[in-house]
Amino acid sequence: MQDAFFELADDLMRRIGAGEVLLAGFSGERSDFVRFNRALVRQAGSVEQRWLRLELIRGMRHASGACVLTGSAETDRARAADVLAQLRQCVDSVPEDPYLMYNAQPRNTHQVRPSALPESRAIAEAVLSAGAGTDLVGILACGEVLAGFANSLGQRNWFQTASFHIDWCLYHAGDKAVKTTFAGDRWDDTAFQRTAAAAREQLAMVALPPKNIPPGRYRAYLAPAALREIMSLLCWGGFSVKAHRTMTSSLVRMTAEQVRLAPSVTLREHGASGLVPLFYSGGYVRPPVVAIIEKGQFRQALCSPRSAKEYGLEPNGPEYPQALEMDGGDLPSSETLQALDTGVYIGNLWYLNYSDRPACRITGMTRFATFWVEHGRIVAPINVMRFDDTIYRMLGEKLARLTSECELLPDNDTYGGRSTDYMRLPGALVEEISFTL
Amino acid sequence: MTTSLLPGVESEFRRAVPRVRFCSLRVYCRRDESLAVRQDVPEPLYRSENVGAMITVFDRGGMGYAATSDITPEGLRRAIQRAVEWARLTAGRCVVDSDLIAMPEPTGEYQGPDKVPWTSSSLRDKLDLLMEQSRRLKAADAIVDWAAGLWHSEIETLYLTGGGGRVHQSFHLTGPSLRATAARGARSQTRTFGGHAFCQQGGLEVLETFGFGSAAERISAEALQLLDAPDCPQGRMDLLLAPDQMVLQIHESIGHPLEMDRILGDERNFAGTSFVTLDMLGNYRYGSDLLNVAFDPTRPEQLASYGWDDEGARAQKVYLIRNGLLLRAMGGVISQTRSGRSGTANSRADTWNRPPIDRMANLNLEPGAGTLEDMIASVERGVYMETNNSWSIDDSRNKFQFGCEFGRLIEDGELKGVVKNPNYRGISAVFWRSLRAVGDASTMKVMGTPNCGKGEPNQIMFVAHASPACLFSDVEVFGGA
Repeated sequence: MQDAFFELADDLMRRIGAGEVLLAGFSGERSDFVRFNRALVRQAGSVEQRWLRLELIRGMRHASGACVLTGSAETDRARAADVLAQLRQCVDSVPEDPYLMYNAQPRNTHQVRPSALPESRAIAEAVLSAGAGTDLVGILACGEVLAGFANSLGQRNWFQTASFHIDWCLYHAGDKAVKTTFAGDRWDDTAFQRTAAAAREQLAMVALPPKNIPPGRYRAYLAPAALREIMSLLCWGGFSVKAHRTMTSSLVRMTAEQVRLAPSVTLREHGASGLVPLFYSGGYVRPPVVAIIEKGQFRQALCSPRSAKEYGLEPNGPEYPQALEMDGGDLPSSETLQALDTGVYIGNLWYLNYSDRPACRITGMTRFATFWVEHGRIVAPINVMRFDDTIYRMLGEKLARLTSECELLPDNDTYGGRSTDYMRLPGALVEEISFTL
Repeated sequence: MTTSLLPGVESEFRRAVPRVRFCSLRVYCRRDESLAVRQDVPEPLYRSENVGAMITVFDRGGMGYAATSDITPEGLRRAIQRAVEWARLTAGRCVVDSDLIAMPEPTGEYQGPDKVPWTSSSLRDKLDLLMEQSRRLKAADAIVDWAAGLWHSEIETLYLTGGGGRVHQSFHLTGPSLRATAARGARSQTRTFGGHAFCQQGGLEVLETFGFGSAAERISAEALQLLDAPDCPQGRMDLLLAPDQMVLQIHESIGHPLEMDRILGDERNFAGTSFVTLDMLGNYRYGSDLLNVAFDPTRPEQLASYGWDDEGARAQKVYLIRNGLLLRAMGGVISQTRSGRSGTANSRADTWNRPPIDRMANLNLEPGAGTLEDMIASVERGVYMETNNSWSIDDSRNKFQFGCEFGRLIEDGELKGVVKNPNYRGISAVFWRSLRAVGDASTMKVMGTPNCGKGEPNQIMFVAHASPACLFSDVEVFGGA
């Protein structure tokens, strides 16, 4: 699709007039999705889509539009020209935008990640075989994800990756289940079988008689997948410069009152990881790393081109992290149960939201493999519990240790299209978390 | 662009229908426009046109789909071939033998309301309207961020079946928004125009329905009031919920638990399961006698009204809960076949590239007999809450915690002072049994939820809820940190 997009962009750039600048973005995918329930297929199919987004700029006026492309060059040229003509009409009707900002110094990039994927059907067969005799539910997503950018100043950027992502649960009964993910850009059947076998072993633990714990404060270990849910909530304005400047960020106390998290907390946006496109809106190229929080202290918020213009800053990426990484600590993952000693092992969290956003007080539910641990030994799965506590306690004064190993957690979101975002996070041992219901 | 494509796609599909047990084509065309003015500066204008098609094939007991943005004859033929391949590959391995599913072969037309077309007002006039609202939102120095917005979607769908079915439907959706944030130091309070819930089918008449033109000053004033207000008290007490919070309460703790695909386990890896089981249908006491809830896709102005669902089932009003008793769940044709239970016409897809799944559409709580004043007068100690701003519920849709933007104390039958950060917790299975008064039609609002996430691959769907104000007893409420 790369050649088709750049040829289309070339055609569009020939159509712009004097004093006009055109930005063109492309996103596309060729994906297969197989959805499972009860170790059978619920839905199976393929999706092929291509999107073109155009932004026409004339002086300080601009307008954006998007359309779906067919893949047929002639049809797509006509559609794109139609969008461009509409934008040209709109530009005359909109006032000047004082916050318009785009990259006027072309920087070309080309990222094509090598991959070796088998047919989706072969992966689906492997999943069904691994789930035989169990209550397996989940999804396989497999195929190419593509993104591109071009502008009338001569810049060209391309990103292309092919990967699979299997996200599944083995259910014991009711809501007691083991959640597992296996993802990559080349298939390793031995590794998959090992992962599937480990999930089956864990299933025996969630089959133990469940324990109800009363509301109260408990020592707890947050597995990386659970910590991801907390980070995902914080991504919702927590790291955005605009949210901080408008006092709506959930982490506003860190910038307005210099409140700190624990010294072991260091978070960065790793734009140069190679897993996400280097380019973003306006044709800007990400800095390799943005240090967001260092040793518990807020350093730098994420700043889009628009916010950069509004607040007189340098842009450093989208204001929603796409490659969030956290430093590990000194606790070997193999010793988490011993270090927890007695408390709650939280495998996953679910449906987090704010109880009091400015105070960064958050709530959410435990989910899937969450266990009561006594003296370093799993005793029973617990029935789901609601926590309600502040980040400044959980990742601040009450954060005991982080695991030394960090887990790569690819984003399994498929809203609109398959995400290439990820997080790389450790597990966190917390002296106490407040459970309320 | 969109309508002109449909005849060609239709004739190509009729030519290319494969020799399989069932084949359908669903074409989805959507045009969106969003406008906003933030801090008296217009945000970038954004328009999009989304056109694509999904082929679904049932054959030899298997099921497959293929979705493509290439709706040229060649693109459609490739999609048909791919869908047939998936159906053959899944034969004998599906959760239900597709040979057992009697898919409808519907014919008809449906057109939603559009009294004052979006295009009847120029772009410049719409921006002027938003600029005026924006300026009115900035009522004091303590208002640190403010914005006014409008979105509009025009959707056209064509559903064809190999057996001759043909349904053509078109919809206009419109939603206005206002937001004001007041701050002092690092503490802020945000007030909005009904959260995301003030949206309906129709054109610009929707703005008048919700009183868009006269709300800015109130929203700003309430944000400032909240800044100086005490926190919501903590304890068990009566809770009076305004319709723009009832939307969320109905959505999360009645709507999702009653979606049949959740009950059948499809969503357990993502959106979750349900505390409701099939054996509860017809005999489970979901709430007090005052609770009456209907699946009603026939109210034209409501966001999720339609003539047929995305698998061709004819939409009609059906009671799910009557006098507190659970009667049925929401499941489309496939879920009805799988469960052996009657359901609703609610198999829906958010766009052409996602397969239909069970979705609530318009799920409405029927009005009762009391006025708002009657309900307030009946409360000795409680809190009145408006406008959802936080939602969290477990994967069985039981233990919930919801928060609102705006609260007021109720003491000795009278509304008293404003309280900030009003939150409450409960358990669905018992919460609805504490429903002790349902407001009459004068308290009723018809609202929408434009961004409900569910499904694998993920889908964002618009659904809707109409509700009066409702009063609950003995609920755990609390405030902020």
